[in-house]
Amino acid sequence: MIFGEFSAAAPEITLLALICIVLLADLFVKDEQRIATFWLSIAALAVTAWALVATAPQSTVIIFDGSYVSDALSQVLKLAAVGVVALAFLYARDYLQQNDLLKGEFFLLGLFGLLGIMIMISAHSLLTMYLGLETLSLSLYALVAFERKSASAVEAAMKYFVLGAIASGSLLYGISWIYGLTGSLQFDEIALAIQSGNASGAPLFFGLAFIIVGIAFKFGAVPFHMWLPDVYQGARTPVTLYIASAPKLAALALFMRVLVDGLGDLHDVWQGMIMVLAVLSLLIGNIVAIAQTNIKRMLGYSAIAHVGFILMALFTGTEQGYAAALFYTLTYVVMAAGAFGMVILLSRQGFEAEHLGDFKGLNARSPWFALMMLFFMFGLAGVPPWVGFIAKLSVISAVLNAGFPGLAVLLVLASVVGAYYYLRVIWIMYFDAAEDKSVFQSAPDTRMALSLNGVAVLALGIVPGWLMALCISVIAQI
Amino acid sequence: MDLSHSILSLLTWLPIFGGIAVLIAGDGGDSASSRAAGMRLLSLSVSLLTFVLSVFLYNNFDTTTASMQFVERSPWIEALNVEYFLGVDGISAPLIILTAFITPLVIIAGWDSIKERPAQYFAAFLILEGLMIGVFAALDGLLFYVLWEAMLVPMFLIIGVWGGQRRIYATMKFFLFTFLGSVLMLVAFIYLYNKAGSFNFFAFMELPLSLLEQQLIFIAFLLAFAVKVPMWPVHTWLPDAHVEAPTGGSVILAAIMLKMGGYGFVRLSLPMLPDGSMYFSGLMITLSLIAIVYIGFVALMQTDMKKLIAYSSIAHMGFVTLGFFLFWSIGSGSGAELGITGGMVQMISHGLVSGAMFLCVGVLYDRVHSRQIADYGGVANTMPIFAAFMVLFAMANAGLPGTSGFVGEFMVIIASFKANFWFAFLAATILVLGAAYTLWMVKRVIYGDVANKNVAALKDLQPREFIVLGILAFAVLLVGLWPAPLVDMMSATVNELLTQISQSKL
Repeated sequence: MIFGEFSAAAPEITLLALICIVLLADLFVKDEQRIATFWLSIAALAVTAWALVATAPQSTVIIFDGSYVSDALSQVLKLAAVGVVALAFLYARDYLQQNDLLKGEFFLLGLFGLLGIMIMISAHSLLTMYLGLETLSLSLYALVAFERKSASAVEAAMKYFVLGAIASGSLLYGISWIYGLTGSLQFDEIALAIQSGNASGAPLFFGLAFIIVGIAFKFGAVPFHMWLPDVYQGARTPVTLYIASAPKLAALALFMRVLVDGLGDLHDVWQGMIMVLAVLSLLIGNIVAIAQTNIKRMLGYSAIAHVGFILMALFTGTEQGYAAALFYTLTYVVMAAGAFGMVILLSRQGFEAEHLGDFKGLNARSPWFALMMLFFMFGLAGVPPWVGFIAKLSVISAVLNAGFPGLAVLLVLASVVGAYYYLRVIWIMYFDAAEDKSVFQSAPDTRMALSLNGVAVLALGIVPGWLMALCISVIAQI
Repeated sequence: MDLSHSILSLLTWLPIFGGIAVLIAGDGGDSASSRAAGMRLLSLSVSLLTFVLSVFLYNNFDTTTASMQFVERSPWIEALNVEYFLGVDGISAPLIILTAFITPLVIIAGWDSIKERPAQYFAAFLILEGLMIGVFAALDGLLFYVLWEAMLVPMFLIIGVWGGQRRIYATMKFFLFTFLGSVLMLVAFIYLYNKAGSFNFFAFMELPLSLLEQQLIFIAFLLAFAVKVPMWPVHTWLPDAHVEAPTGGSVILAAIMLKMGGYGFVRLSLPMLPDGSMYFSGLMITLSLIAIVYIGFVALMQTDMKKLIAYSSIAHMGFVTLGFFLFWSIGSGSGAELGITGGMVQMISHGLVSGAMFLCVGVLYDRVHSRQIADYGGVANTMPIFAAFMVLFAMANAGLPGTSGFVGEFMVIIASFKANFWFAFLAATILVLGAAYTLWMVKRVIYGDVANKNVAALKDLQPREFIVLGILAFAVLLVGLWPAPLVDMMSATVNELLTQISQSKL
């Protein structure tokens, strides 16, 4: 029944319809009442979340002639993406208002980006994947440049666009090789063709390499990370928050769908490449982050290091590794959103709190938010009892179980290096005297969201069992 | 309600939630306000209540059995088969009591010498207390590791916020050194977990391990514990951390946190890795003797009182590790038991004595704001009561019979005589060196003529300081004159431990 087919894609269809409504409504809203767009967008997210829960499939459903899939993994990732985008909007509203940037475009582009993310998560063919990816990427390029008058934002957007276009081209080129060799764009048929030996050898590896370049770019893995620090720094903080969080879920989906579902039989081939990417990302991300004085840039390099951890879990090619990567990504996104949320909280009209020095003496200005930032920093550093520790633990466990003790030792040593720059933020907040004694001008809803976010980072670390069980069961259903 | 089924949870969580309550109560931004006074009383009552609970633990402790007591067990992270598993035996119970005993003293000692953000200060110590008790009670590897690492966070803040001039350097070094040491222990735990299917310590102990596995895991554990003890040559963070920490921080660091390392050796390394321990026992004895002799000489040359006590701590902790690893040089017999018991008594005694020494320095520092020996002289003339206490603790630090310092050191020296004359010869140098550096410091600080106008203006102990030092003096003499209850608590567990380490896993 055709209607039944559509129901598996109902969340995306709902979201698209809602975006059109928000877009139309935004046309008729006066600048002073632009806040209405924000509330409409939040409502759209709420309805999408409801649609996701209401149409949750009992088992894996593949629709549209095998190009779209709805399964447990897609449910979890999509719900997380919707939640994180809502969080990003919540943090952004007050900041945008204070900086006269409250425009409908921010929310609309954010929603379109979410649509792209959801399509990527549910992709079951290379073409669907590519369409979702481009929907996301184009939204992101525009989001970065969203403040037209800012030279740094436009520069960052340009850099992102040019490099992103190259990466998309590389991915598309790889896709065309795979298509030519296997005769299909669908992941299951590609997997069959490879299993049956119809496609093999050097040309296949050649196509695979190009696809991995595309994936590595989207993740921001070294050596395809060049755009990441500049974009993180150049974009407005709410945009950075958006880029730093939800698209990581999409990148994980890209990996899981293409390399595991589609090209899983080439695991022996891609494993080596992913390992190199992971090791380089871990080392370069952590070491270069130490030298940063801009906190957005520092968090950018820290993101690269965290990607190293995620890739290390994926590299194992085991179910345990995939579950660890899923757990890591879900929890990392929550922590990263919180850390950028703090930067937003400290900023006010005409002032970006993006230098480490702007955090000086935060403990004297606001003990509660200093404590929240401490939670985020220790969480990202992987110190127990915050959730970052459990995430690192599951990755290390997967790597050890897959028989790579040397890499496990490398992982823990890299996290010691990483601890230095997170600790430095805490030292600046707690041990240095405040230079800027002004009172925060942030809105109560931002504060509330941030507090809940911080408490969640601790609470998830103390009771991680349910989320871990969820990740394991989701991966087991693939 | 029967307390014995939840006593360990209470001991762990009461101070932590008490600390959170103190944070919420706050100090109103003014250390002299009535709100701050109420907050201080709350902190003190939480820590005293914890101590009362630890007395309950002592009274109900069964000294005849080596098995775990007051066990609490429930699933924590079911997906990983991690349990919330607590229990104590003769090794951990005395350390828990020590922790609960020292913390109220630290809180009284910081009563009004902490002017800046007192609520955060007291809260940090209470939370730290709960985490430390949790470490001693945890019997699940992951729970142990979580508490072990979480412990660093309050200490990092205590040194960094309330420390001295070079506090940031000291606290970063402290955190990164100990963090680096610990992460490899985590890798070892996960390796054992992957083999055993759970993080339970008893499952680890039953696991058959090849010699190579035992050696590698021993090294991973060694890094974690040696940094904490600290053993030469990874001790360099300790003098910095001790010197820069506020008095309370130094006391907790010396009295309890250093004991984590020694505890780790007896709880994990020895019973889980008997063959690995045997393989490395020569190395461990050598490192311990270097710590005793070489660090003893280093202590002799210090001009800063806190640094001197810090080095003296390293030398005294050398006795602990020496006692633990003598077993294989002695073989079977009563000597081995003496070595391990002596090491453990030494841990308790050092906790009391070094804590008291740091408190004495704190008393002087609060008045003169200097830690340099050269800035003092003739303190006995203006502070006679204080001088009496300081001389007593110095004697205990030098191992004078009748004080707690003597008991543990004497046991370890006897044990090392049974092992090898030269071990005993080198170990006994601490009696000479320890007396030399401690008493020389006391001579320069306490005796002689009044050195300068700062010393002339000194006022003797306040009642608050008198209470703290008096209680510690009583404890030092009690353990020194009547160590039997302490040794009885340990003996059953030590005998069980000896059978465990004498059974090869190969």
